[in-house]
Amino acid sequence: MAEEHDILNIEDLKVRFETEDGTVYAVNGVNLRLGYHKTLGLVGETGAGKTTTALAMLRLVPDPPGVVECKRLEIDGQDVRGMSITKLEQVRGKDISMIFQDPMTALNPVFTVGQQIAESIEIHEHLGKAEALEKAGDMLEMVGIPRARANEYPHQFSGGMKQRVVIAIALACNPKLLIADEPTTALDVTIQAQVLELMNELKEKYDTSMIMITHDLGIVAEVCDEVAVMYAGRIVEQGSLEEVFGKTMHPYTEGLFNSLPNIKNRTAKLKPIHGLMPDPTKLPEGCPFAPRCNYATEDCRKAVPELHRASGTHMVACSAYERDKNFMIDRRKR
Amino acid sequence: MKQEKLETRASRLYKKRSTMEMAWRQLRRNKGAIIGLVLLVIIIGAALIAPLLFDYSTDVIGMNVRQRMKWPSLEHICGTDELGRDIFTRIVYGARYSLAVGVVAVAIALVVGIALGAAAGYIGGLFENVVMRICDIFSSIPSVLMAIAVVSALGKSTLNLMLAVGIASTAPFVRVARAAVLVVRGEEYVEAARAIGQPDWKIILVHILPNCISQIIVQATLRVGSAIISAAQLSFLGLGVPAPAPEWGSMLASGRLYIRDYSYMTLFPGIAIMITVLSLNLLGDGLRDALDPKLKR
Amino acid sequence: MADNILEVRHLKKYFKTSRGMLHAVDDINFTLERKKTLGLVGESGCGKSTTGRAILRLLEPTSGEIIFEGKDLNKLSKTQMRHMRKDMQIIFQDPFSSLDPKKTVSQIIAEPIKENKIITDKLLREERVLELMETVGLAERYINTYPHELDGGRRQRIGIARALAMEPKLIVCDEPVSALDVSIQAQILNLLKDLQEKLGLTYIFITHDLSVVNHFSDDIAVMYLGQIVEKAPAEELFDNPIHPYTQALLSAIPIPELGHQRQRVALRGEITSPIEPPEECRFAKRCLMCNPEICKASVPVLMEVSPSHFVACPLKQKEMGLLK
Repeated sequence: MAEEHDILNIEDLKVRFETEDGTVYAVNGVNLRLGYHKTLGLVGETGAGKTTTALAMLRLVPDPPGVVECKRLEIDGQDVRGMSITKLEQVRGKDISMIFQDPMTALNPVFTVGQQIAESIEIHEHLGKAEALEKAGDMLEMVGIPRARANEYPHQFSGGMKQRVVIAIALACNPKLLIADEPTTALDVTIQAQVLELMNELKEKYDTSMIMITHDLGIVAEVCDEVAVMYAGRIVEQGSLEEVFGKTMHPYTEGLFNSLPNIKNRTAKLKPIHGLMPDPTKLPEGCPFAPRCNYATEDCRKAVPELHRASGTHMVACSAYERDKNFMIDRRKR
Repeated sequence: MKQEKLETRASRLYKKRSTMEMAWRQLRRNKGAIIGLVLLVIIIGAALIAPLLFDYSTDVIGMNVRQRMKWPSLEHICGTDELGRDIFTRIVYGARYSLAVGVVAVAIALVVGIALGAAAGYIGGLFENVVMRICDIFSSIPSVLMAIAVVSALGKSTLNLMLAVGIASTAPFVRVARAAVLVVRGEEYVEAARAIGQPDWKIILVHILPNCISQIIVQATLRVGSAIISAAQLSFLGLGVPAPAPEWGSMLASGRLYIRDYSYMTLFPGIAIMITVLSLNLLGDGLRDALDPKLKR
Repeated sequence: MADNILEVRHLKKYFKTSRGMLHAVDDINFTLERKKTLGLVGESGCGKSTTGRAILRLLEPTSGEIIFEGKDLNKLSKTQMRHMRKDMQIIFQDPFSSLDPKKTVSQIIAEPIKENKIITDKLLREERVLELMETVGLAERYINTYPHELDGGRRQRIGIARALAMEPKLIVCDEPVSALDVSIQAQILNLLKDLQEKLGLTYIFITHDLSVVNHFSDDIAVMYLGQIVEKAPAEELFDNPIHPYTQALLSAIPIPELGHQRQRVALRGEITSPIEPPEECRFAKRCLMCNPEICKASVPVLMEVSPSHFVACPLKQKEMGLLK
């Protein structure tokens, strides 16, 4: 499909939080482009800046203490940066919507789930109350909950059911981009499998683009077409699922894979990444991963490596590749 | 040898940073709380050095008929009362009574309340039920009425006044302590303490109470204020600190007779009560914000 | 005969609720060999944590026998039990709530030693604390810090050091890594494994993460609504799962691998309530294979279908000719 613009285009996004204990550099220059109908997995550990990046896209970073700087922030070709609050509210929910991690707190306990789904339909689609409720019922059925349960309150639903309701709300206005922030972390595995399957189905059906924020590489393999691995507020490796999983380039990505217990070879010893995530108030000079990296050299501690194109759509931010084009990590084959 | 090794190790260790230190940093940014704190330090300081400045028998309770009912002037900045005593002197000296009654009464309430509340929260069951229902009964009786009843039963003295106000303010402490214990009891570190074989009483003392202490400090600060008011009310009714002593409540009571012509006689003791209670409340609110980790920005 | 450190027989833990008895743990039986690891797996609310706590008598069991080194713990008095605690410890899931925020690292680790009067001399005790910190890989400069100043991984190390302080024989690990990031999770798992080899520990490893339990355990018991539905050596369980619930659980794990086609074993919606459950297979309502005549006839019992492989599914038992 020939599109003039992408669903999402971010250039040089920086977010810092100015607190009393010092400035927290949460996101440090993120570039992201996402085509229509694509699903991007944003992978990283706690404090990597995944959620902050997502919040910045919706301009939801609390200010103060948050300071957001960005050269370009476009959603569906519209510049979000200078947008008025009224316009912004139209964009949120209609063009872009977000699913949060905890389904338990995302729903308002004093309204029925039907009302909560209908609310966003009423606002964005300018429908009457009855029509909106009708459509809310359709949405519930779509996520696999009987229409009759629209009159029940959130506490009458289980965790997995609540997350389905949250998904129904997020999809109610048929957004072009859906951001899901660890949508299944709070759920049991069997329920997680059902929810992921549902999201995959709906994504196909509605042609929605999606950003899936997660720390679970298994989930990425299951739902995503593209992957971006974040570390200390930067994207360190990005590419298609095949590229990142099949030809892992960045040492951090390799470390993540090696930290996972291998389900097929149970005696294999885990190879954790030594050390800890750097303190975001005082990031090290040079490559932020260098202190934990097995391949780091003196050069790595001098300058922050930029994302470079390695092949096709595969990009990596590691100076080892700048020195030696053929530097390649042989990931333990599973 | 070993000792030496450990000491050199100790010197390399991290500096301890306590929660109190962090709370203080938080508190410093709260203007109201700092104003309250400064006022309170002035009031307490004045109360402490009062006996060095004034002689009790001549300056505070001694009559001076020639100086009766003088309006505020440079010589007597708050004026004099119907017996010619300097009101400013009496207010400064009176702070000793008000603060002592407030603090001791709250201390009584605190000890009894925490013991009962912590036990109720930890033990639960019937014991908890009985304690809490007694608390309900206590809080349904207006505290002044209750204190009046206690003073009438025990007789009029400063000590009985403290006791009466103390008993009347116990119930809130039982509640706070019980609620705090219930929250902390569910924490895993309490379970961990049981897993290493610690007996229940020690768990309460070592793990539970230290973790409820901030809520108790806040409650105590706010309660001293209301205890001071209760004490002043009782003294106003003639049930508090006996006559010549310069208690703020009884000063109000005696000034009341001359309120039309000599309003300053009631005004200044009234202001003293107000400022003291206000500064306690400002500080208490500030402490609550500083000590509550949930409100931290 | 195998050297069994622990034997659990007919362990039950019921909780009183306003709607009746909640059967959190309902008739659990297993034996655990010394220096081995038993993985207890299941989804939230299946009673795995309750089982762990009931074994340590942190929760009083409703009934049953817990035979630890030949002694029935359930028959011990409170004081006797306190002495037994030296031999059996617990590591908690949440490294943020399992440490007293008002105590320093050294106070937390020294507490069990002090409480049980293992070392009374203060300096020697401090020496021991430093030794324990080294064992779990905590730099000694953290000795006087408070837990909130440290990250999750380090906090979990403190919890492990505290559990090790009394040189226990059995440690119940209640989801020790599920609150941690993957890279840190691997560090802690390796540590626990090394400690087991070095100190000859026996673990009960409670988790919902199947890939972790597979890596970590010798035997795995799968729990569903308070009962063990399948128990087998780890490899056997993963290669040859028999109970429909185990099959569903295994098929639901997302595999971080290209081109992995998962053959999902689907489940139906409705979950049987653990409050006064009916006398039938508790998984029946979610099971697609359910045959009401067989599955709703009685409460299934664990039967050995092949050496050391136990399954509590009446359908499969019938298929194998174990049930008439």
